[in-house]
Amino acid sequence: MTVEILATSLANGVMLGGLYALVALGLTLIFGVMRIINFAHGSLMMLAMYATFGLATRTGVDPYLALGVTVPGGFLVGWGLQRLAIAPVLGAPEHNQLLMTLGLALFLDNLALALFTADPRTLLTAYSASTVAIGPVRLNLPRLLAFAGALGITAALAAFLKLTVLGRALRAAAEERDGAALVGIPVRRMYALAFGLGSACVAAAGTLAVPFFYVSPEVGNTFVITAFVVVVLGGLGSFPGALLGGLAVGVVESLGGLFLHGSLAQIGIFLLFILVLLARPTGLLGAAHA
Amino acid sequence: MRELGAGAALAGALLLPLVVRSEHVVGTLTLIFFFAFVGQGWNILGGYAGQFSFGHALFFGIGAYTSALAFIKGGISPWLGMVAGAVLAALVGLLTGHLSFRYGLRGAYFALVMLAFAEIFRVAVTNWEWVGASFGLLVPLRGHAPALFQFADKRAYYYVILGMLLALTAGVARLERSRLGYEMAAVRENEAAAAALGINPYRVKLVAMALSAAVTALGGTFYVQYFSYVDPTIAFGPAHSVEILLRPILGGAGTLWGPLLGSALLGLLGEATRGLVRAHAGLHLMLYGLILMVAVVFLPRGVIGLLHRRP
Amino acid sequence: MTPLLDVRGLSKRFGGLQALSRVTLQVEPGEILGLIGPNGAGKTTFFATVSGFLRPDEGTVTFDGRDVAGLPPYAIARLGLARTFQLAQPFAGLSVADNVMVGALVRHRTPAAARRHAATVLALTRLEDLAGRPAHALSVGLRKRLELARALATEPRLLLLDEVMAGLNPAEVEETVAVIREIRGRGVTVLLIEHVMAAVMSLCDRVAVLHHGELIAVGAPPAIARDDRVVEAYLGEALA
Repeated sequence: MTVEILATSLANGVMLGGLYALVALGLTLIFGVMRIINFAHGSLMMLAMYATFGLATRTGVDPYLALGVTVPGGFLVGWGLQRLAIAPVLGAPEHNQLLMTLGLALFLDNLALALFTADPRTLLTAYSASTVAIGPVRLNLPRLLAFAGALGITAALAAFLKLTVLGRALRAAAEERDGAALVGIPVRRMYALAFGLGSACVAAAGTLAVPFFYVSPEVGNTFVITAFVVVVLGGLGSFPGALLGGLAVGVVESLGGLFLHGSLAQIGIFLLFILVLLARPTGLLGAAHA
Repeated sequence: MRELGAGAALAGALLLPLVVRSEHVVGTLTLIFFFAFVGQGWNILGGYAGQFSFGHALFFGIGAYTSALAFIKGGISPWLGMVAGAVLAALVGLLTGHLSFRYGLRGAYFALVMLAFAEIFRVAVTNWEWVGASFGLLVPLRGHAPALFQFADKRAYYYVILGMLLALTAGVARLERSRLGYEMAAVRENEAAAAALGINPYRVKLVAMALSAAVTALGGTFYVQYFSYVDPTIAFGPAHSVEILLRPILGGAGTLWGPLLGSALLGLLGEATRGLVRAHAGLHLMLYGLILMVAVVFLPRGVIGLLHRRP
Repeated sequence: MTPLLDVRGLSKRFGGLQALSRVTLQVEPGEILGLIGPNGAGKTTFFATVSGFLRPDEGTVTFDGRDVAGLPPYAIARLGLARTFQLAQPFAGLSVADNVMVGALVRHRTPAAARRHAATVLALTRLEDLAGRPAHALSVGLRKRLELARALATEPRLLLLDEVMAGLNPAEVEETVAVIREIRGRGVTVLLIEHVMAAVMSLCDRVAVLHHGELIAVGAPPAIARDDRVVEAYLGEALA
């Protein structure tokens, strides 16, 4: 166990954590505004990954450029899904809302299975194995770019929410639905906006992951379960929580993989999830409910 | 009138394998009864007590693996293994229930926590050689051995699951009218109000969980004896958790006949789309997803909810 | 006579808001005590704390000689302290009769026995004609009556009623007043939060006034109506 190995693992954990954070950000945005836990979040990521893969293999478009397609595409799909599938159950009992997103996830995941088969695919680019040296560690370039991309998008989203009128309207709708409606904020449109933005985030995460992660119908589930852990850890609805939680989980997973057999680390993540749920269901940074 | 109809249906069910020679029809009905059984197991906690679990495959898997392992490793009859599995599942249910309910988890949080527990078992079993790891467990075939829960004639399994289902239905019918049944309904409808009336929500939910877990585990044993095989994904996987809850949700959660109704509908649908489904893997799950989405919007209280329309 | 409910120095804060501030109040057995005060005075918080839904930060709550502060709601209910909620919380999917029957389960082992007791409660609260109706189909006023009936079915010694007359028309108010009198006649002590002043003044033996979480006056209705502090708290609202 050399310092280099440890440092590399740490760096890898941070980079992957950035991606987790982006996925979690989308999830937490949706929950923060609509109070819905979107089980189909991972499915959207998976679809974005397939779209990126398809674009790259058929038209040679570089995955990073594909962001220009998948991010707006993700937004539109999210918006559409919210209008079509989520809006009808907003007034329904919570478990029905959960079942709706669960059904959506089931549908999308198996649609992909039917269309693309279960064979995992990997995209190899000219730079898939390139590394960048930072101090004693060599960082995998695609992972580093994914991390940078995730940070950039997160910053952009944060700026949008803080600085623009639309962003503030969104936050108003999240915090106080009826009050927001009273002052003329079109709350239903805010919901669609939140879902669209959340989906765009996760689509971006998917695209950024393609250069170094395999693509398969259930890859979305892998990420979304981790995203749930992150979101619960950081607090449902909390932005900083999603960020810190994502980084924390990424690091724990990476370091855990060093010391433990791969799947034990997975179990560790689930146990962490359960522990956090029990200790503080509102997450480490979420607001305490009455 | 209703008694007459029920009697006729029962007679029909009992006589069917003797009259209809098609193994396929008997097999389809066997599965319909099976899913109605485990669905009713889920229903006890999810429908009657109102605690939706997205990880009931946990108990199913415990039942399946316990009886299979007891037989494979120890030569113990799966009939006994079945009981052991149910007891073990109830204990695990008490543990997970205690953690969840003591700490006030409900709604989405509870659903997720159960999913997490199921996933932990799935991953653990997948990596544990002694229980077959990812290869799963093959039940050694002994031909016709009723004492070992194996029958040469598949129709025997039909009668076993039918018997189990009838017994369970009678049990749940009594539960509905019992003190515990009313306490469960109160906790489901409004937990705070129930507490204000002297009902201990934690205890009620815990008992419901133990019962639900035990029943689901019994179904797990039946499954592994019927198919002679189980693996971690079949037993503990999220897809299986969904299969378990889909029937009662579709038929009507919290009702006595919801699970059977939902199972029959889904079974019929499966038959109708059989040719289509066989061509593509995953198509039937896709259909389930669609059905779930449609049901949630148009049948928020299941098909039975349609019949007792609420303004 | 030892008070049935003895609250001393009860305090509760929510973040920056001091909802209850060293409230000391005794409820004597057999009396009807009214709890009034402007909105936000802490009345419902008082009920929630006394009945176990909230933990007090300071102070003691002694019910029938037992220290109940910190006990869970169901335990306090079993001891004989029942409460209704300001926003009626019926078991929406169950019938009116079943709602009340659930309340009776705390003192009657079997559903059949509970049902028999529930029938008497339904008669007392004039709800028998609606016994078979689903609770969600009731109007707001009737839901409040159901709330009252359900709490009554637990055969409490002390009944906490939270605005059971809110939103009722004068005739319904009259009826509810009569029912409460009858309840007291059967030995139940009543502590009620109300804004319908006419009902409070005619029904209550004593009235306690909360304002900004503090108890500012306790006494017979006429004295309270004339109390300067009380009048000031309501900013001129007519009490007589």
